[in-house]
Amino acid sequence: MKLKFLLPLLIFVAIAGVLWKGLSLDPSAVPSPLVGKPAPQFELSQLHQADQTINRDSNLGKVWLLNVWASWCVSCRQEHPLFMQLARMGEVPIYGLNYKDERQDAIKWLADFGNPYVISAHDYSGRVGVDYGVYGVPETYVIDKLGVIRHKHTGPVSAQALQDTILPLVRELKKG
Amino acid sequence: MIPEIGQFALIIALCLAIVQGIFPILGAQLNIRPWMAMARPVAQGQFIFIAISFACLMYSFVTDDFSVLYAASHSNSLLPVQYKVAGVWGGHEGSLLLWAMMLGFWTFLVSIFSKNLPDEMVARVIGVLGLIAVGFLLFLLLTSNPFERLLPAAPDGRDLNPLLQDFGLIIHPPMLYMGYVGFSVAFAFAIAALMSGRLDAAWARWSRPWTIVAWSFLAGGIGLGSWWAYYELGWGGWWFWDPVENASLMPWLVGTALIHSLAVTEKRGAFKRWTVLLAIIAFSLSLLGTFLVRSGVITSVHAFATDPERGTFILAFLVVVVVGSLLLYAWRAPKIGQGGKFELMSKETMLLVNNVLLTVIAAAVLLGTIYPIIIEGLASVGVIEATNKVSVGAPYFNAIFVPLLVPLVFLVGLGPLARWKKAEMPDMLRQLRWAFIASAIVAVVVPLLMGGWSWLAALGMVLATWIVTTAAYSIRLRFKATNAALPWGHRLNAIPRSFYGMHLAHIGVAVGIIGGTLVSNYMSDKDVRMDIGDTVEVGGYTFRFDGVIETKGPNYTANRGMIRVLQDGHEVMTLEPEKRVYTVQTMPMTEAAIDTGVWRDLYVSLGEPVSGGAWSVRVYHKPFVSWLWAGVILMALGGITAMSDKRYRLMARKEGKAKNEAGMAVPKIAAEKA
Repeated sequence: MKLKFLLPLLIFVAIAGVLWKGLSLDPSAVPSPLVGKPAPQFELSQLHQADQTINRDSNLGKVWLLNVWASWCVSCRQEHPLFMQLARMGEVPIYGLNYKDERQDAIKWLADFGNPYVISAHDYSGRVGVDYGVYGVPETYVIDKLGVIRHKHTGPVSAQALQDTILPLVRELKKG
Repeated sequence: MIPEIGQFALIIALCLAIVQGIFPILGAQLNIRPWMAMARPVAQGQFIFIAISFACLMYSFVTDDFSVLYAASHSNSLLPVQYKVAGVWGGHEGSLLLWAMMLGFWTFLVSIFSKNLPDEMVARVIGVLGLIAVGFLLFLLLTSNPFERLLPAAPDGRDLNPLLQDFGLIIHPPMLYMGYVGFSVAFAFAIAALMSGRLDAAWARWSRPWTIVAWSFLAGGIGLGSWWAYYELGWGGWWFWDPVENASLMPWLVGTALIHSLAVTEKRGAFKRWTVLLAIIAFSLSLLGTFLVRSGVITSVHAFATDPERGTFILAFLVVVVVGSLLLYAWRAPKIGQGGKFELMSKETMLLVNNVLLTVIAAAVLLGTIYPIIIEGLASVGVIEATNKVSVGAPYFNAIFVPLLVPLVFLVGLGPLARWKKAEMPDMLRQLRWAFIASAIVAVVVPLLMGGWSWLAALGMVLATWIVTTAAYSIRLRFKATNAALPWGHRLNAIPRSFYGMHLAHIGVAVGIIGGTLVSNYMSDKDVRMDIGDTVEVGGYTFRFDGVIETKGPNYTANRGMIRVLQDGHEVMTLEPEKRVYTVQTMPMTEAAIDTGVWRDLYVSLGEPVSGGAWSVRVYHKPFVSWLWAGVILMALGGITAMSDKRYRLMARKEGKAKNEAGMAVPKIAAEKA
């Protein structure tokens, strides 16, 4: 059997190996180099009160969630009811990072669907989003009392992710 | 009760498929006639039972039986009935069942239209198709049972994804699957030929019409998918290089190479190994496409069920099929003869180059599609540094596609005119000087008429004009060669249909290129905030926003925008784009309003309400966009025309006669026919 007739087989075996490896990887798990590092500093105007600002250090001393959202983002609507529920439970404060959005569009959106955020920062240029390595909207960060990012969730948060990952982590961080 | 019958029918179909996969093949190897004779009836039975199973699932959908989990998650009592029917293949389980039924249907067709083939061949072909069916039926029953019960039953279903509630979805998957699955027939013929060790012109002639039909369906399916994305996703794009789109494009590209290669094998007995390999690859890529779509290894806008268990099963199946057939190839290929000799300048060379180009494009698309997995895989074993998620976008694919398309299209013009064995190149180029001149003129004139110079548009026009003028020249030559004493109609009729079919498909390529390049270069659009009474000008039309009214559909509520279109101050039409909210899944959907025309489409979609009755509105003027789909339709029609050539029927009859006369011996047909 000449080698050249086995060539197609060898190529296929290589492809199959890659695909097999691919199966064990989670396509939506985006490794974030920021997990375990201090959250990048920012200073942004608040969505509802444009003359006031909010920065990272305003939350030092508490565990909080930073949720990146936008009125143009369809998936944000999907996770929105869950955040409304979480906000009512009051277990952890949720701060919004309104990403590349027109101010009045964003305010209208919150008025329509409800506002789960303590405060939303208005990142009109998307500059802060770049610092946080925002890959797509929505994204959610868990940040601890020292301002260190402990977890990053890409895509809409599901009830399962909230129950199994985010809330247990929040409870643990609160204790520490 | 009905769902249980459906499941039971599926199990029977599996048992029949096992029988179909074992006995006919063994019978052909050991020369046991009764075993070979089982092929046809068993295959027909298998199809009937899958069809029963499919009908049962459809029954559950139409009668709102929400004790069936799959129906409960993909239907709703308020869903219009045509979408209940289409909902059967709106999810993972049902589309696999459709896949299996299509496979059964193709096998059924083979069992009917194979009267004139040697018995061993039929037994092997049907046997191979049976083995494939075993894989898919096992996959269905073990990991994706569509008849799983939900007890207690859900009060109502979760509804079909609103994106899929559309005429396009009703016909897109069946059409696409007819194509995907159709390549299994070409594959089965190739494997059967490898098993028998007899790869000759007859084998190529038998599998050629089947391959062409599958190819035509696949073209139609891809075109429908693109059309659906265009009008349903609300922003007017028509191709996204999405992994799932690529999954259907790859087998089509290789299938295109395959039908050309089969032509050489049939006419000249050459390229046999290459043809066999292409048949294997085309079907393997169909399976790979299924894997990519169904396993969730790649994130895609299609976002189908993602389940690692299912992925593992399909991958294992893919490995068994492909490794098995490539091993068989490696074992048999060295014994396959080379076939007719040819010069460097000949039709053979041109078809070979065409094959290489198409295969390279397919390989590049494959690489781009699985590149993210390769990088992540390498990163996870520590070969390279882990970086952020990579995805390969349109710039890569366009950079590959366009440069390779140019020589390919040049050959589309030359190939049909070149002679077998030895072509006189200088002579040909002199004959085609008018085609060159016409192409150059059109390339200069059209972009200027369209209102702005663009090199890409000029290139597109050169390519398209080149194809059309050379096709016209080729048909004229062929016409002149017919008997001049006969009337026109008879002379036109004397030219074989496969010749017309070929040129029809090639002209389809030209029409598609015109649409693609002109719409990409001359599209204009505006994204504006409009108060009632505001106007905006796009592409020579004035669009006036007359406000929004509320309407209610069977399972949604909608805001319907009223947009009057004016040309030279006269009102020419009203476009009514909608923003729908489907009540069950509370999912907002954009229904664009499109006025389709030969020379341009007007496309309006509603964005978001802004304040006080104002909306953001997107308005597009898309010149020649419908030519894209017209091109695809011409390609598919070309395929169907070529396949209906009476030559295939005549040859089949002749071979059948020869077979009867020579006892059961395989007919020997001289490879050097043309």
